Amino acid sequence: MIIKFKLNGKEIVKDVPVHKRALDFLRDDLGVLSIKEGCGEGECGACTILVDGKNIHSCLMLAVELDGKEVLTVEGLKDKTIQNAFVEAGAIQCGFCTPGFIISTKALLNENKNPSSEEIKEALEGNLCRCTGYLKIEEAVKLAVKMYNKGSDKK
Amino acid sequence: MKIIGKKVKRIDGFQKAEGSAKYASDYYFHNMLYASVVYANVPHGILKNIDVSKAYELPGVVYVATYKDVPGINKFGHVIKDMNFLVPIGDKVRFEGDVIALIAAESKEIAEKAAKLVSCEIEELPPVLTIDEALKDEIIVNGDSNIGFHRKIRKGHIEDAFKDADLVLEMNFETGYQEHAYLEPQGAVAYYTPDNVMEIYVSAQCPFYVHEDVANILGLPLNKINVIQTETGGGFGGKEDVPSYVAAKPALLSYLTKRPVKLIYTREMDIKETSKRHPSKSYFKVAFKKDGTILGVKSKTYLDMGAYSTLSPIVMYRTTVHSCGTYKVPHVFVDVYGVYTNKVPCGAFRGFGSPQVLFAIESVMDEAAKRLNIDPYEIRLKNTLDVGDETATGHKLTSSVGAKKTLKKVYEISNYPKLKDYVKKYNETNKFKKLGLGWSHIFYGVSLGSGGQHLDGASAEVLIQPDGTINIMIGNTEMGQGAKTTMAIIASEILGQKLDKISVLQPQTLVLQDSGPTVASRTTIFSGNAVRIAAKKIKENIIGFLSNYFGVGKNEISFSDGNVLVRDKIFTFEEITELCNKNNVKLSEIGWYKTPKLHFDHEKGIGEAYITYTFSTQLSLVEVDILTGKISLKEAWVCHDIGKVINYDGAIGQVHGGVVQGMGYAIMEEIKQDNGKILTDNFNNYIIPTIKDAPQNIHVEFVEEEFSEGPFGAKGLGEPSLMSSPPSIANAVSNAINKRISKIPISMEDII
Ligand code: FES
Ligand code: FES
Repeated sequence: MIIKFKLNGKEIVKDVPVHKRALDFLRDDLGVLSIKEGCGEGECGACTILVDGKNIHSCLMLAVELDGKEVLTVEGLKDKTIQNAFVEAGAIQCGFCTPGFIISTKALLNENKNPSSEEIKEALEGNLCRCTGYLKIEEAVKLAVKMYNKGSDKK
Repeated sequence: MKIIGKKVKRIDGFQKAEGSAKYASDYYFHNMLYASVVYANVPHGILKNIDVSKAYELPGVVYVATYKDVPGINKFGHVIKDMNFLVPIGDKVRFEGDVIALIAAESKEIAEKAAKLVSCEIEELPPVLTIDEALKDEIIVNGDSNIGFHRKIRKGHIEDAFKDADLVLEMNFETGYQEHAYLEPQGAVAYYTPDNVMEIYVSAQCPFYVHEDVANILGLPLNKINVIQTETGGGFGGKEDVPSYVAAKPALLSYLTKRPVKLIYTREMDIKETSKRHPSKSYFKVAFKKDGTILGVKSKTYLDMGAYSTLSPIVMYRTTVHSCGTYKVPHVFVDVYGVYTNKVPCGAFRGFGSPQVLFAIESVMDEAAKRLNIDPYEIRLKNTLDVGDETATGHKLTSSVGAKKTLKKVYEISNYPKLKDYVKKYNETNKFKKLGLGWSHIFYGVSLGSGGQHLDGASAEVLIQPDGTINIMIGNTEMGQGAKTTMAIIASEILGQKLDKISVLQPQTLVLQDSGPTVASRTTIFSGNAVRIAAKKIKENIIGFLSNYFGVGKNEISFSDGNVLVRDKIFTFEEITELCNKNNVKLSEIGWYKTPKLHFDHEKGIGEAYITYTFSTQLSLVEVDILTGKISLKEAWVCHDIGKVINYDGAIGQVHGGVVQGMGYAIMEEIKQDNGKILTDNFNNYIIPTIKDAPQNIHVEFVEEEFSEGPFGAKGLGEPSLMSSPPSIANAVSNAINKRISKIPISMEDII
């Protein structure tokens, strides 16, 4: 089936088999390698992508479902605030979970400019990290919020 | 110190944040094939026949390999080669994850389909599924007896201890499996390149293990195999020996097809086939005086090795040495047995056989404190090791013993007396929710020690480019723990170049000498020293040249903050390296570090077990819901004596991650099996901590009792960061419910 969608701002038209997962299509066919597979079952969040502003597990989505959608991955992030906050806060160790966390954080901050600890935890519950113990990840999200607020103060 | 111990950003952080770090699955080659694996799926039996014809008929299948295709030695095993790579017809299947055949196909889908078309005939045998059954030795799993290995310590006269004791405690303990659950599953891409070098890109902790093992399987000389460690998404011990078994599969297929072959495990394959933390059963009998002084420890521990020995004999060494905890024990009688069963082979996992017995001895300490009416803090302070004391193996400690300081620090930062009061009051007023406090005080023998000294050397190459940027290659690996940043900090401290001008490369086995495994919390000491030595050599080369060139004394030259001061003139580091390069000064050096020889009597288990020890204390505050059995870790206070903090943020990260992973082990994570088959094979049923399970706070402090052999005095932290957690949490739960916990993971039934 021929699908047409926007990937990180670029128009893509491609023929895809109907059974192919969005995860495999984006990685193997389009080379979007920030998307990771940790479980293939919607449990770990390493494959998280933003579809029309919502965070989605791309391992549970079919490529054909991308038709007409707008997809964002960390490759397409022009604003590096969240990424910088993750590095700054020490929220990255092995890094395999990181792109997924960054996308989930992006989805959260799109909706909620000033999330509480509880709201951060709620938003990131679907992303697993085995290295950091999560404390620094929560800190990173709060730091990103701070960085954004500082930025808007200046304006 | 200019940069040692300071807070710095990890050097590989941004690459990971922007998704450009390349993990094994991110390697793609032209004309690449995909591999799949055919498993026995039976816990015990005899392989009678393999039929691959149907698989071959599927279009797109390029090769179906069985044992007959293995050109070298079809065996694995670190201590004894008791595991088949591919099970031969007529031989035994010993666990469900034994491998019968491998497939290479044009796509993942075809490879997976083909795997289902291989049929094998297995005559099933009754499986041995528990330690108790195995000990009967009625059905033999592997070798001549199911008790494959035995280690012991014999010190003093244990019966005297019991005779003189005011209190003798006898307690039994059980611990379950733990799955590493590194977020990146195992995987490798092998490419038998046209010039006949086998290139292997693999997610691994120990590329040199892969090098040697694949050479044996393929019958190739070592200089024809290049193992390149890719970015590695977590290891925790799970990528110590296992990547050999993983990489050998695409390597064989690439060897046979002369095409690149990729094999990335699914989570299910990973959990089914690869190693775990050993389940254990222990019996402890410990003698105390009225004042809490330990007189003697008698213990017997069985570790469930699963179907093959893999690293178990080495794991058992650590179990043995750590059985008495971090205490002075005059009379010691310790036995540790490794037992074969028809289940997944267990191996290395952060702590390496010590968490099982540390849980036991730390529970005993708390129980003794309770019976003797001593505070759990006090009983530890009374018995812990200090300079001049001997460990349970009779190793006299002459320096770098910060054990007491870690206890005192935790006491202080937690405001313990007040906290105790708060918990007491809370519990008096709350009927269904109880708080509990639990201490643990542990030690960790750094690196391989007398159990593996032949592996204890490491190499590093430091190269300064003419523009002043620096490349470092070390033989140990980055897997998330921050090794690259630590190495860059050490080089920066010595050479004065800024951190952002230093990069640390992925190791390649064709470039560097075998540097042993990246395990046992040894990287900072070993690779760190190797980098220190190499950087120092280059610095001497530069100083020698500059002193001649400018006619100044060597002591008039110094390096810091990206600059070089020559008497009173400041140059940038770049200006100096350019000048050096033009004058043929040697700007690349190799550093090699090996440990001083240790003396140990393996028969008696007596001697210098490890080069040094890390000492740690944790206090945990838990909340237990008496009605639902739910346990939450609220807060933890942790202090480690690691000699010297080099990478501050990295060290904090290790402790946070270790505490939470240790919490998973103690209260959440459980492998469920049915007839030897693992049922909990993904994250929907093997439950690891999420952000909601993490404690509100983990307060971390370090003690720096320098270790003279360590780089800048450093010891190791990777594993103790986990090890302090399970006993502390278990003790806190016991404290909350006023009932001794003797089994982890703690289940709901243990509470309600
Ligand atoms: S790979 Fe999609 S959620 Fe884990
Ligand atoms: S940093 Fe390794 S899984 Fe999160």
